[in-house]
Amino acid sequence: MSNMNKLASDHNTGKGNHNSPNINKMEARNLNFYYGDFQALKDISLPIEKNRVTALIGPSGCGKSTFLRTLNRMNDLIEGSRVEGEVLLDGENIYRKEMDVVELRKKVGMVFQQPNPFPKSIYDNVAYGPRIHGVKNKNELDRIVEESLKGAALWDDVKDRLHESGLSISGGQQQRLCIARALAVKPEVLLMDEPASALDPVATAKIEELIEILKENYTIVIVTHSMQQAARVSDNTAFFLMGELIEFDKTEKIFENPSDQRTEDYITGRFG
Amino acid sequence: MHQFKEKLIKYFFLLNGILVIIILVSIFYLLLKNSWPAFSEIGFRGFFASADWNPTSYEKPGYGILGQVLSTFMVTLGAMVIAVPLGVATAAYIAEVANPRIKGVLKPVIEILAGIPSVVIGFLGIVLLGPVIADTFGLSNGLNAINGSILLAIMSLPTIISLSEDAISSVPDKYREASLGLGASRWQTLIRSVLPAGLSGIIASVMLGMGRAIGETMTVLMATGNAPALPGSFFDSVRTMTATIAIELGEVPYNTTHYYALFAVGLVLFLMTFIINLVSDIILHKYQEVE
Repeated sequence: MSNMNKLASDHNTGKGNHNSPNINKMEARNLNFYYGDFQALKDISLPIEKNRVTALIGPSGCGKSTFLRTLNRMNDLIEGSRVEGEVLLDGENIYRKEMDVVELRKKVGMVFQQPNPFPKSIYDNVAYGPRIHGVKNKNELDRIVEESLKGAALWDDVKDRLHESGLSISGGQQQRLCIARALAVKPEVLLMDEPASALDPVATAKIEELIEILKENYTIVIVTHSMQQAARVSDNTAFFLMGELIEFDKTEKIFENPSDQRTEDYITGRFG
Repeated sequence: MHQFKEKLIKYFFLLNGILVIIILVSIFYLLLKNSWPAFSEIGFRGFFASADWNPTSYEKPGYGILGQVLSTFMVTLGAMVIAVPLGVATAAYIAEVANPRIKGVLKPVIEILAGIPSVVIGFLGIVLLGPVIADTFGLSNGLNAINGSILLAIMSLPTIISLSEDAISSVPDKYREASLGLGASRWQTLIRSVLPAGLSGIIASVMLGMGRAIGETMTVLMATGNAPALPGSFFDSVRTMTATIAIELGEVPYNTTHYYALFAVGLVLFLMTFIINLVSDIILHKYQEVE
């Protein structure tokens, strides 16, 4: 319940937050990441501002997805991987020993590249998170499902077929279902790993509109291949190249007047 | 010349495929032909609806298979009650939890378990498990349905484990990631998203394990006590359909009602395992379509 109140108050002050001095919701400090002997991230220091959209861009294999996954410790699952440095969430290191990964992932939700609804009904997909976190009451589940689907702009599309399979709807709708599923556990940060790369232009536009609305209440980090998309949806942009953070700044600055030659080369399409 | 060779090889393989079908159809025909006289002489009611199996009686021979069918079902069902939870849990452990070294030990050991001859398992049932059951439950004789169930459970475990493990391993990682990303623990992920996603493969593995248990002969013949009566409980001695055929077919005079009746028992058994295999095949195909 306290979560709910917090969410509501965040909502009321959403706009205010946006104009107030920047607060760092998360921050990477001197972060190194290794797959076995291969160093995939080299000394990354990067702030993630609250209620803003931070875009991570760069060519394939530059480490942007790896970085995204260090933010909710999804990389923990990879055998032989190793992390050095810190990632702060509200000022506390998420790689500290006593950190509860379940709590972390409740706060830092994730949307994947391929829409991946469970082979269950639309309702059960959205209710999955609340259920594993102990919500049993049917009315409360109904309310969370409706709220989350509305939050993901999917409610009107599916309200009459909540009990049909989550795989029966279109790809774009499936991705919004996955966003609704992530919203249902009331996260504070949403990580999106190329959420529109598997979708057609119309569905992509819908996801981008949705991101615009979601940033009122959530801090969003999005990995994208499309520079137009980064320019359209993000407030801040980080450019990665071969595991290094080359440049981080306001999105307009990155796209109009980058400081680093390599950023300019990438933006103007000279490589990547 | 080269093309001719290619064609020859192709027809050779085709011939092998056809041969298997011919053998299957021939067996079915043989069973049907030899069991037909039994049905006409005994009648369907006397055969299916009676538990009086006493074919060698001079006065009033009985050919009712109800007792054997029930015995087979009891022993198989008991085996599945033991083997399914154990097998699926082991499969889940190997597929999701075990590190590669433990996996490297467990998988071959389970395959070796599949290779133990059924007569050896039956032997263990008589000398090891029988006395233990008799002592534990205060029975005079440990050769009964529960003994057979335990042994058949052990024998169907390898099938259930290796096929369930395949089914669990082939559940796409995207479901695991989605679940873990929502803050689910590994256990919750396994129970709520991986096992449901692999369910049809797991069910198919159970069906195949069950097919193995129903058709098994030597073990149940040795360990279940062979009392050709309607069983009352799992602690009664029972005699399955397979055991009946194995015991009696060697000594029965040719072309008697008894002889035909044993073929009819075989036909019923054949149809039962055929249906089980067919159902598991359908489930498996449904599963592949989903993926």
